[in-house]
Amino acid sequence: MSVISIENLVKTFGGVRALDGLDLTVEPGEVHGFLGPNGSGKSTTIRILLGLLRRDSGQVRILDGDPWRDAVTLHRRLAYVPGDVNLWPNLSGGEAIDLFGALRGGLDRRRRDELLRRFDLDPTKKCRTYSKGNRQKVAIVAAFASDVELYVLDEPTSGLDPLMEAVFQEEVRQLTQAGASVLLSSHVLAEVEALCDRVSIIREGRIVESGTLSELRHLARTTVTVETGRPATGLTELPGVHEVRPVDGRVRLEVEPEHLDALLAHLVRFEVRALTSTPPTLEELFLRHYGEAVNGDRQATTGGTR
Amino acid sequence: MSAFTGTGWLTRLALRRDRVRLAIWTLGSPLIGYALAESVASIYPDEQNRIGYAEVANTSVVARAFNGPVASTDLGAVVVTETYLTLAVLAALLSTFAVVRHTRQNEETGRAELLGAAAVGRYALLTAALVVVVGANVLAGALLALAFVGAGLPAAGSVAAAAAIVGVGLAFTGVAAVTAQLSVTSRGANALAAATVGVAFLLRATGDVLGQRAADAVRLDSAWPTWLSPLGWGTQIRAFGGERWWVLALPVALLVVGVAGAYALAERRDLGAGLLAARRGPATAAAGLLSPAGLTWRLHRGALTGWAVAVAVLGLAMGLAGNEVDDMIADNPAAAEAIAQLGGGADLVDAFLAAMLALFALTLGAYVVQALLRVRGDESDGILEPLLATAVSRYRWLGTQVAGAVLGALALMLLAGATTGLGYGLAVGDPVGWTVELTGAALLWLPALLVVAGVVTALFGALPRLSVALSWAVLIVFLLLGQLGAALDLPQAALNLSPYTHVPSVPAVDVTVLPLVVLTAVAAALLALGLTTFRRRDTPT
Repeated sequence: MSVISIENLVKTFGGVRALDGLDLTVEPGEVHGFLGPNGSGKSTTIRILLGLLRRDSGQVRILDGDPWRDAVTLHRRLAYVPGDVNLWPNLSGGEAIDLFGALRGGLDRRRRDELLRRFDLDPTKKCRTYSKGNRQKVAIVAAFASDVELYVLDEPTSGLDPLMEAVFQEEVRQLTQAGASVLLSSHVLAEVEALCDRVSIIREGRIVESGTLSELRHLARTTVTVETGRPATGLTELPGVHEVRPVDGRVRLEVEPEHLDALLAHLVRFEVRALTSTPPTLEELFLRHYGEAVNGDRQATTGGTR
Repeated sequence: MSAFTGTGWLTRLALRRDRVRLAIWTLGSPLIGYALAESVASIYPDEQNRIGYAEVANTSVVARAFNGPVASTDLGAVVVTETYLTLAVLAALLSTFAVVRHTRQNEETGRAELLGAAAVGRYALLTAALVVVVGANVLAGALLALAFVGAGLPAAGSVAAAAAIVGVGLAFTGVAAVTAQLSVTSRGANALAAATVGVAFLLRATGDVLGQRAADAVRLDSAWPTWLSPLGWGTQIRAFGGERWWVLALPVALLVVGVAGAYALAERRDLGAGLLAARRGPATAAAGLLSPAGLTWRLHRGALTGWAVAVAVLGLAMGLAGNEVDDMIADNPAAAEAIAQLGGGADLVDAFLAAMLALFALTLGAYVVQALLRVRGDESDGILEPLLATAVSRYRWLGTQVAGAVLGALALMLLAGATTGLGYGLAVGDPVGWTVELTGAALLWLPALLVVAGVVTALFGALPRLSVALSWAVLIVFLLLGQLGAALDLPQAALNLSPYTHVPSVPAVDVTVLPLVVLTAVAAALLALGLTTFRRRDTPT
């Protein structure tokens, strides 16, 4: 039974189709990365999952319930960290944490104090005096100190420094070791790469890619840099080879994974002296889908699923 | 680069940011002055009326405490006495908020940091704020003087009366310049300065209550506490009563001292820092906070306490004044008619007391709107979203907010009835009887307040983005129908739109139950509409 299963979800605001047939599945015990540019529909999806927005059409199940109809009972079993935390200015951070915990159905005091220490957060300061990063910590501590089955994190580390980012990653691993599932929407690709079992990339209200990181890598090209004794010719005519260009007396090119074998067979005829092969980084995977605005039609002609 | 570099540029920026506020301020205060002058002139047209007014005003403890002394029996002096408190407090608060807005608020939001990194001197931000605020005060004062002259008052007195208001504005500009240096938050700086306004009011009231009445009773010599108060200085100028121009030197001196102090403090502190540390809170929440109701109480208790103090002071004062109603308006049919119209019934004192309760109920309508619209503020600020992601249903959350606003208003309304009754009862020697009677009469206004809560809730549920503007608009319509409807001879059908029209003006008339039941039913329907529409909609920012 999936923790989250969304099929063909549609949500429009006025004339704008924010979600346009989105599908997403999160399995129990996994950390699922949810990637996409601003305005692609990540937060809208999360708000629908939390029963804050109504869907126009499509199937949405979360923890085996309907997010709109069963909001209250579901919310006892999940915790949410928004990307931009606003708090009551005249409450202290500790009070806000306790309040969120109590309204969710109680929190683990020992965990709370441990998290405060680990995130180095002073709970006696009034919320109005917190910086963005500290407001974010309040929400993170309140969520992580709750013993729930699912954590919904919407860009939770925006504003955290690298030290705190490391603490955050350790804490997320602890949650999953205890059996919880996590939906992590993020812009920090290193964080996603470090934490996520599976990744879904959203673009203009649809999921354009979904799978484990190695699955996604198989869909993308490997970058090969090769140094040969004689000038390598005929590379551009090979199937599945792209972007051939000379660099400092070597040749750099991109090749689709299924054509790697044929490429190597071709190269050996030119006395290979050095060869490096780099699998695509998550950033490259990511840019393939939403780099069009940046890179123009180069990406558009090569994007896998278009 | 000098410490003042960039002042001109920042001044223009401040003018641009505040063009609407400044326009409302500089035009609004003269308009209020003109309207009040006209209405006072129509109520006290001849010398005989005004001698009576001056005698009562300089004798009555309540009138002395609120309005201060009457300088002479000239029409202008009566106008000044009737308008001074409103205009002076307005000038004090507007100056305070404007100074803080352009100094501490800029630091708090980080805008000052951006500006400070540009070619802007250390004093430029404070100087620009002072230029704008002093300029606005002087401009508003000049227009106010013209307004008084336009209302037919002598020029010298008009200028003195307007200068008195400008003086108050300048004095509190100096105060706010200092508080903006002391507190780290703009809220704290505003609160400190507003507290100073409160202390100034109390000092002046004390001095005027303790003052010595001259033998002819038309002049009151205030006691020394008045001279400690910037609000007192304005009355001591004695506009239209042999002006004492030298008193104007006092607020100017306070401005100079305040500004010098502020520059000295700005020199000694870091950007963003204050001399008063930000207050800390508890590290863990008390058990009482940990529910929607506990949170609601926590968020409203500060405002509620402030309202309660104001309501109790006003209630007692109005009640004590009730006994003087006969004297005050015995030979003034215009004022008597105004009270009878608002209160209804035959007996003038009963009508006065009923009218006071009606005014309290209208004012507390504003409390309901303000307290309940917090729901929309929380929604648009994004505070609501994580809250609704907890195991709190939308019904429970909104229901708690409505209950909090209505119970707060009910408590204030009962307090208003009790204190008015106590004040009047003390004056006529039956405190217990009148306290009980007027507390009961106050309770009758609950259905009208419920309707106000229902309107706000329904607007919040059905039209969230428009709910703030529409809620206030509806309350203002209720207010206008209640205050002006009868005077303007509007048809009864129009008057019936306001819930306030339907509440019987006890003690002036007898209790009738049916309208109260109907009002409660209307309120229930509106609340149900608000709750169901809110349950069914998205939560837009």
